[in-house]
Amino acid sequence: MAFVNLKKKEIQAKIVYYGPGRGGKTTNIEYIYKNFEDRIDSKMVAIKTQGDRTLFFDFFPFNIGRINGYKIKIQLYTVPGQVKYNATRRVVLNGADGVVFVADALAVQRKANIISLKNLQENLKHYQKNIFKVPFVFQYNKMDLLKKEVPILPLEALTGDLNEQLNRPSFVASALEGTNVVATLKKIIIMTVASIKMSLQ
Amino acid sequence: MLNEEHLDRIEYILQENLIDKGVSCSLLIDMAGNIIANLDSDKAELDIYSLAALAAGNYGAVGAMANIVGEDDFSLLFHRGKDVNVHFTNILNDYLLIDIFDNGLSLGFLRLIVADAVKKIKFILNYQVDK
Repeated sequence: MAFVNLKKKEIQAKIVYYGPGRGGKTTNIEYIYKNFEDRIDSKMVAIKTQGDRTLFFDFFPFNIGRINGYKIKIQLYTVPGQVKYNATRRVVLNGADGVVFVADALAVQRKANIISLKNLQENLKHYQKNIFKVPFVFQYNKMDLLKKEVPILPLEALTGDLNEQLNRPSFVASALEGTNVVATLKKIIIMTVASIKMSLQ
Repeated sequence: MLNEEHLDRIEYILQENLIDKGVSCSLLIDMAGNIIANLDSDKAELDIYSLAALAAGNYGAVGAMANIVGEDDFSLLFHRGKDVNVHFTNILNDYLLIDIFDNGLSLGFLRLIVADAVKKIKFILNYQVDK
C-alpha cells in the first residue's frame, strides 16, 4: 500500500509491470528510464540471470511532480515473467498500488498470457487484493511485429482472452519502439493516484 | 496513518538509539519497499530508494525460503561485508528496520541497541495500528 509521509509531504506508490516471460516488461521500464532520466534520481536496479532475463525485479523511483501539495514518487517494478519464478514474483507484488499487465501479442504466446493473468489474480488474492478493484491497465505489446508479418493475435482475441470481464483500459503498444509506453504509464499513474486519494478520504 | 508527531518520534529514536551510537544509516521501511523514515551520519551517501526496494525484496525472498524449509521466519538477517555490514529487523511483520554499520561496531552491540530501538518503535506503530 502507498505510504503517505505527512512530514515530508510525499506519497510513495508502487506500480508493478506484470505479464508472461519475454513479453516486454523490462523493455517498457527501460524505455521510461531512458526518456525521463532527468526525473529519476537513482540508477535503475536490474537483477538478471546470466542469460539477461529478469531474475527478481527491475526497479527505479520516478518523480512525477506534486498533487495537492504532495510530492508523488512512483516506484516502478517489473516481475520475472517465467513461470518457475512465482515465489519471487509474489514478493515483488507485495504492496503494489497499481498493475500494468504487459501481454505478448505474439500468436504463440496466447496461452502464456492467459496463464500469467490467472497467476496475477492468485498472487493478488494472496495479499487480500481483488483483481477487479486494483488500479490496472492492459498493454498489448509487440504490435510492431505486424509490419514484419509475424503472426500476431488480433486485438479482438487479446481483449476476449484477457479483458472481457475485467474491462480495463488497454493500449496497443510497441515497447521496443516506445509506442504507447508513456500513455500506458500515464494511465496507470492517474488511476493509482486517484485510488490513493479515494482511500485517504 | 502515521502523523507528523509519530514520524518525529521515530526519527528521534533512530537518531538517539542508533546513529548517535555509531550506526551509519538507519532506515525504516514497509514491506512494499516504501521509506517511512531514514537517518544517516554525515559519512553515508546512499541511494536509499534502491536500497529500500532491494531490502524489501531480499527480506521477502528470505521469508519465502524460511517457509519452504518449515520455518515461519529467520530471526537474524545480516550481511557482513569487508568494511560495511547490513542488519535487518522485522517489526510487527509489516515493517523492516535496516541498519548499516562499519566494523567499528560489533554485531552483538548493534543487536542490543537495535532491540531497544525496535521496542520503542513498536510502541508507536502499535499505537497507530490500535487507533
